[in-house]
Amino acid sequence: MKFSVKSQTQQDIPTAALPDIIFMLLFFFMVSTIMRETEVRVTQKIPRAEQLVKLQRKDLIAHLYVGLPKDSGYGKEPVIQADGVFIDVGKIGAWVEEVRAGLSEEEKDQLTVSFKVDKEVQMGLIVDIQTELRKVNARKIIYQSPRKEEE
Amino acid sequence: MAKSKNRGSEEVNAGSMADIAFLLLIFFLVTTQIATNKGLTLLLPPKQEEDEPIEIKQQQRNIFKIQVNSLDRLLVEDEPLEDVSQIRDMVYDFVLNFGSPSQVKKGKKGAEVSEVETYNSLPASMKSYISRNLGSSESSDGPASAIVSVKADRGSSYEIFISILDELNAAYNKIYGERVGLTDEEFRKLNRNDPREKALYDEARSGIPKAISIAEPTKSAE
Repeated sequence: MKFSVKSQTQQDIPTAALPDIIFMLLFFFMVSTIMRETEVRVTQKIPRAEQLVKLQRKDLIAHLYVGLPKDSGYGKEPVIQADGVFIDVGKIGAWVEEVRAGLSEEEKDQLTVSFKVDKEVQMGLIVDIQTELRKVNARKIIYQSPRKEEE
Repeated sequence: MAKSKNRGSEEVNAGSMADIAFLLLIFFLVTTQIATNKGLTLLLPPKQEEDEPIEIKQQQRNIFKIQVNSLDRLLVEDEPLEDVSQIRDMVYDFVLNFGSPSQVKKGKKGAEVSEVETYNSLPASMKSYISRNLGSSESSDGPASAIVSVKADRGSSYEIFISILDELNAAYNKIYGERVGLTDEEFRKLNRNDPREKALYDEARSGIPKAISIAEPTKSAE
């Protein structure tokens, strides 16, 4: 019996396909992750909570950011940002209607307004926004919040 | 000297391609934030007509009052409270009080239940807890009439409001979860697109509406 046959098998694994595999992963991530379209221009130190629920439909959420402006040129009072621009409390209703215009008829009342609010903001402003939302019958809201770390 | 030209290998060395791709991949993994739409949900009350002030017909015992002043101090049922986390147990006891449950059927169309039926549908452990510790005539009549009212001053911080809302949700989720034999966390994670889990969710919530009311703060004199 000769054992010399053994040594003839190739020892190393072909790695030529490795870059392709990695590129595939890379493209998957590039395609599946959505870049943030709007740059948030207010401070966002959001208070943490524990009892979080996840919303199912991402496309039925309208985002409001409330916080102190990062650029001090806009003053030191909390401002509301919607779709990249600062808006007044009084314009909230018009903004909701604008968002709703892009939705189909049966989805219009399923719109959820998401609040991302800095913890320094006082409740007065939040209540004012909610009063405006009630006027246009946008009653579903969510206070977005990161998970509280377990102690 | 001209000979050396030919010695170089013709192929481009692609061995480091994987490393470059890995680097890019890791860069994307680290920098992209997966948008999480997680938070505390709330349903606002319908629009208030200005010419007809809402008469408060609810009896005081059916309202669990939480007030916050501009210094973020709490007044719960007219008693000062320091520790926010105590609200959870207080609300739990308040909602499940069953002081005098009514026979009147309430709720969504087709799924009306009376408070007595709600009580009978509870698991034995909850029933024994209620009959032993609760049932006071000072607290709520039953879960369908119990309302938790949060009144935050205009000057109170958003942070304290979220922590209160978190506690209230915790209390309700604990009730719902216990009712169907889950923990509050398991209840929260029920996927309502799955018919089986949806049925469990509906069963837990029937007869016990999550009645959290955010009262409008009194207008400051300006």
